Amino acid sequence: MKAITTLALCASSALGTLFAAGSASAVEIEYWQYIFDARITAMDTLIANFEAANPGITVKQSTFPYADYRTKVAAAIPAGQGPDVVQLFYGWLNDYVAADLIQPLPTDVFPVERIEAEFFPMVQAMKIDGNYMALPTAVRSLALFYNTKLFAEAGITAPPATLDEMVSIAEKLTKKDGAGNITVEGITSGMTAQDHQWLREVLFRQFGAVPYTDDYRTVTYNTPEGAAALEFYTSLEQTMGVTSSTFMDEPQAAFKAGRAGMHIDGSFRIGALKDTRGLEWAVAELPAGPTGVQSNYASYWVNAITSKATGEKYDAAVKFMDYITSDEAMQVWLETVGELPAKPSAALTDANIADPVYGPFIKGLGYSHATIFADETGQRQVLVDAVSRIFLENQSPADALAIAAAAEQTLLDAYYAK
Amino acid sequence: MKLYRNLSISQKQVVWAWTFLALPVLFYVVIRFYPTLNAIVLSFQDWNLLGARTWVGLENYDRLIHDPVFWKVFKNTFIYLILGTPLSLLASFTIAYHLDKIRFLHGTLRALYFLPFLTSTVAMAWVWRWFYQPVPIGLFNNFIASMGFQQIAFLNSTTNALPAILLPAIWAGLGFQIIIFMAGLRAIPISYYEAARIDGVSSWTILREITVPLLKPTIVFLVVFSSISFLRIFDQVFNMTTNNPGGPLDSTKPLVLMIYQTAFTSYDMGYAAAQTVVLFSILLVVSLLQLRIMRDR
Amino acid sequence: MADSQIRASAAALMNAPTSAKPRRDPAAIIRWTLLAMGAIVMVMPIVYMLSASFKYPYEMYNLNIIPKEPTAENYAYVLSDGRFYRWFINSFIIATCTTVSAVFFDALVGYALCKFRFRGRYIIFIAILSTLMIPTEMLVIPWYLMSRSLGWLDTYWGIMFPGMMTAFGTFLMKQFFETVPDDFLEAARIDGLNEFQIWWSVALPLVTPALSALAIFVFLGNWTAFIWPLIVTNSQELYTLPVGLTTFSVEQTVDWELIMTGAALATIPTLIVFLVFQRYIIHGIAMAGLKG
Repeated sequence: MKAITTLALCASSALGTLFAAGSASAVEIEYWQYIFDARITAMDTLIANFEAANPGITVKQSTFPYADYRTKVAAAIPAGQGPDVVQLFYGWLNDYVAADLIQPLPTDVFPVERIEAEFFPMVQAMKIDGNYMALPTAVRSLALFYNTKLFAEAGITAPPATLDEMVSIAEKLTKKDGAGNITVEGITSGMTAQDHQWLREVLFRQFGAVPYTDDYRTVTYNTPEGAAALEFYTSLEQTMGVTSSTFMDEPQAAFKAGRAGMHIDGSFRIGALKDTRGLEWAVAELPAGPTGVQSNYASYWVNAITSKATGEKYDAAVKFMDYITSDEAMQVWLETVGELPAKPSAALTDANIADPVYGPFIKGLGYSHATIFADETGQRQVLVDAVSRIFLENQSPADALAIAAAAEQTLLDAYYAK
Repeated sequence: MKLYRNLSISQKQVVWAWTFLALPVLFYVVIRFYPTLNAIVLSFQDWNLLGARTWVGLENYDRLIHDPVFWKVFKNTFIYLILGTPLSLLASFTIAYHLDKIRFLHGTLRALYFLPFLTSTVAMAWVWRWFYQPVPIGLFNNFIASMGFQQIAFLNSTTNALPAILLPAIWAGLGFQIIIFMAGLRAIPISYYEAARIDGVSSWTILREITVPLLKPTIVFLVVFSSISFLRIFDQVFNMTTNNPGGPLDSTKPLVLMIYQTAFTSYDMGYAAAQTVVLFSILLVVSLLQLRIMRDR
Repeated sequence: MADSQIRASAAALMNAPTSAKPRRDPAAIIRWTLLAMGAIVMVMPIVYMLSASFKYPYEMYNLNIIPKEPTAENYAYVLSDGRFYRWFINSFIIATCTTVSAVFFDALVGYALCKFRFRGRYIIFIAILSTLMIPTEMLVIPWYLMSRSLGWLDTYWGIMFPGMMTAFGTFLMKQFFETVPDDFLEAARIDGLNEFQIWWSVALPLVTPALSALAIFVFLGNWTAFIWPLIVTNSQELYTLPVGLTTFSVEQTVDWELIMTGAALATIPTLIVFLVFQRYIIHGIAMAGLKG
């Protein structure tokens, strides 16, 4: 059992930290991230490497349940408790910076020009007032998972390259019972899972709409092209009948149970699917749009130095930050967690691109967009509600989208007015 | 000591009362009233938990009355109360009353009724959500489909979702109410029943004239406490609609869930505090009304 | 005692003298059958929870109660996680301590509010009751800041202190003390007992059923408490069981079979507490009557 070895590792590293802390004049810094076995293992490896290279510094890793990580961090950091180096979702960073809880990365160790030359351009969202506030170790993108067993049964040899192919394959894969109820979905759907990202950054763009202005402060998807994208999405369920958003409770559950032919999800899903018995699957890039446009949604978790770190702890934290954003750390992260390196030089190696599982995700990074959220949950809800209104209240996609755009703009205005 | 002896009986009572209450009053002031006052103050401020607090006057309240979601949530909260309290009390009294009269496997049956109250809400919410799914996995819809009827959208519906969530909420609390009712039933002095039996009155009259009046303290407790619970409903709603908290288009969202989301997903603490003050006021008014109405009729 | 009020239920009365030969009354059989059917309906979701805890993930959503391929692997996994025992013990210690404290103080306050006549009584009662009306979510941040300045973060006491007294229990006990006749207390006063002794040795035994019920509820409430234990603890060694169990849900995925397994295991101690105390809900009255 993978998890048990992880535990053993955790326990031993925790003990190690305990004893090390006892030894004289060691600086101890605290690192926080959320619980995810592979991430903890990867970080333990990185900490061990870092401590070996930097005697006199110890790093204590604390982890918290994913669902409540954000609350936990938000309660602790303003109270001056908790981590010196913390992992945050990139969309949360603004609030922490505005409250002076995050210290800018020192330009002598992290020159702005070097960051911009080395990292994927999406990390520019972390530049506030000319300073980089935080940097990721890894980034993630979306791809199309497909069930190779169901594909073979239906005589389909290749994954879809375009949305049209995706629809026709989905039609072949969908199975229904006598009463017309879906028993196997052609493709999963669920706005509350990853579909809102797919719609926002991929489908809108593929149908010719631009979702936001470059600074992501103005909504621009409320156009006929945007409505066409939304209509395409809802028609998968409403007219083509190749999916059902309520099928098996969650899209990933349907795919895991072998009751869905295709499934759009993030690279973080790889681990769970690898552990699923009896499921044969493969990955492809997201299908291209009607005019051949390819797009993807990328996101990432960043590491940042909190305002709690001062004096020698600050120096230690800077060193640690430097190490965990190095190429070496990124490779460890890719090998252990399966998340993609945040620098093209580390990500776009021939071996990585050729990898059957990581390859499609890494190729996606090249044409991806990272939405700059003001309120990720709120902005997600706006699109979720738009689709609900179409399904449950028979609203037209154009009307639903107009309401969504107005609601999202209100959210953005309220946020940036502060 | 002499001083104490010279006090009248009622003065002694006052001394004893405050002796009993000193530590608890201190506890409630520090642990409960202070944070409550804090929330009331916060409702006039803007705070994102991370930065500084700024005074905004009545802005949060103004925003609240113009927020359509709030009114939707307000209505939902009262539907939970108006359906939940009478239905659950009626069911639990009926079960407790009859359970009290049986002897064969009495303890086992009582334990079975209580079991749902003992079990993890998160786990149970998942099971209920699973029951409500469409075919092929949902228990209810499989049954409905096998009878040849059209499936029912339980949770993915703006009309069915609220009752579909209320049912497990009633289910989970039933055991609690049954136990309280049974403790109340057993606290009724047997002599009253003896007298009634000698007079040869019907069991319906006994129920109406003896059991219910003597059960009044219990009934008062359960009405007030259940009303508070239904007005504060959160766990079932949150856990049964985790993917889209509050159901499609907020159709199941109660006030506490709105407070939770405002506080811990939007980090809009001032706005959440204003909602809390509104909830507090509603609860206080409802409880005081109930206590007044049920006081010594 | 004047009329030696042995309290017992109507049921005891109806069955007691004649119960040597139970009557096969058709109404009673129907009553029993309906109650039994109701009980089965009540526990069905729990049966499904248990069933799911013995299934492999691929079978999770199948509606058969007996798994096609039963497995104890989920239990092995949860129990092999050394932290589980620690969380279990933490929860047990915390729930036990708060239960003892809350039952003691709630009974004390409930009694004072019910049986003493003094100015401000109703106000105090309403003030305490009003603490039920603020959602815990709004209290955790002030509690957190309080705990930080007092050094209670990441300690057992930090997890426990908000639950040491409960408005719920105070209200419950106040209502039940109303059923205790004042004559009893007056008689004890004449016998020369002080008010504390009267409460402890006369009044409390008369409300044993309510005390037992309260003990069950407070234990359960603390056993399942989630948000505050999560906020106040930093080290996993101090997690309570509900907080610990959330470590089975990772980003975007929840291992439901493990949640079911954890929930099934977590129910065991609450069930034991219930079975222990529920006897007093029934038998307590008769014993109290004899003492009185």
